[in-house]
Amino acid sequence: MSTSAMHHAVPATATQINWGPYLAGAGIGVLSWIAFVVVNNPIGITTAISQISGGVASLAVGPEAVAANKYWAKNAFKLDYGTLFLIGTLLGGLASALAAGTWRLETVPEIWAERFGPSPIKRYAGAFIGGIIAMFGARLANGCTSGNGISGGLQLALGGWVFLAVMFLTGTITAFILFRPKAS
Amino acid sequence: MFPITGTSALILAVIFGFAFGWLLHRGRVADYNTIVRQFLFKDFTVLKVMLTAIIVGGIGVFILVQLGYAKFHIKPADLLAITLGAGLFGIGMVLYGYCPGTALAAIGAGSVHAFVGAFGMILGGILYALSFDWVSQAILPVWAMGKVQLHQLIGVSAPVVFIGLGLLVIWFFVILERRSGETGNHAR
Repeated sequence: MSTSAMHHAVPATATQINWGPYLAGAGIGVLSWIAFVVVNNPIGITTAISQISGGVASLAVGPEAVAANKYWAKNAFKLDYGTLFLIGTLLGGLASALAAGTWRLETVPEIWAERFGPSPIKRYAGAFIGGIIAMFGARLANGCTSGNGISGGLQLALGGWVFLAVMFLTGTITAFILFRPKAS
Repeated sequence: MFPITGTSALILAVIFGFAFGWLLHRGRVADYNTIVRQFLFKDFTVLKVMLTAIIVGGIGVFILVQLGYAKFHIKPADLLAITLGAGLFGIGMVLYGYCPGTALAAIGAGSVHAFVGAFGMILGGILYALSFDWVSQAILPVWAMGKVQLHQLIGVSAPVVFIGLGLLVIWFFVILERRSGETGNHAR
């Protein structure tokens, strides 16, 4: 396999969609300025996902049981700023991919396929279990890469920087165990 | 005039979320390969995006707070919970291949496995809510340092931290770009 193909999910148009990581990062920084001033609300994702969890759980066990839970009582499901921000994020990814002409269904990404084979079921199982662990961790830490890492980090919050350091450490260990890079 | 609340804020939520998803996708971090390769130290796109966002965002927000246009929203540093949570998060992020924000942008961009993993995230949220009684008694109060900022902890002013951090990050980026220039190993 050629190494250049490995660098881009979509080799033919990768340069088109690439604003450069610095420009994208600066954009997120400026978006933070605007969000702090205009809506008094730092960028964050996972609080809204736990609200959705409560909404899903209420379909299974009924709204009374969910309302009785202390955590969901604090983070009840509603179409509020946080959940609508989630919808916006999804639409932003969609629009960017469509505008760049790179939209396509991806079932098994190439790094996964190289290591674990082309089976979509295997990849879905990995993504599902990973999603459980990541979300549980993000709630335990009271924020994910967005709320703790970026929004916490940029406010020089101690918790945000501890979060970044620890997640990079365990993420690196996990990556080296899972993907066991050969000499390269 | 600011902050805007009510229905207008809900419209802004979609617009700001849209901008966030767009930026994540354009920064190539809504891509499984980019994220996993970061943790294998083969591609530093994720760190470039995050550190730039933190420095640019941090200096701007700090100035806006000083001028009275914004307020800080510091989360309490419950360090045992954050350490355990971040530890799990790192493991889950590599297995999932996304963090929650980049997963949403990736679902929009057509990633079926990000969509499947989102159901895992919903289940993870349910499991956390079910364990919250125990967590809030046994974990959250341990090493609870309150709403501390780095500069308070080390006893210098915030601008000093931003200047130090900014120089460190720029130095890191210069090394990265020099190395990628030499080896051609890190596609931008």
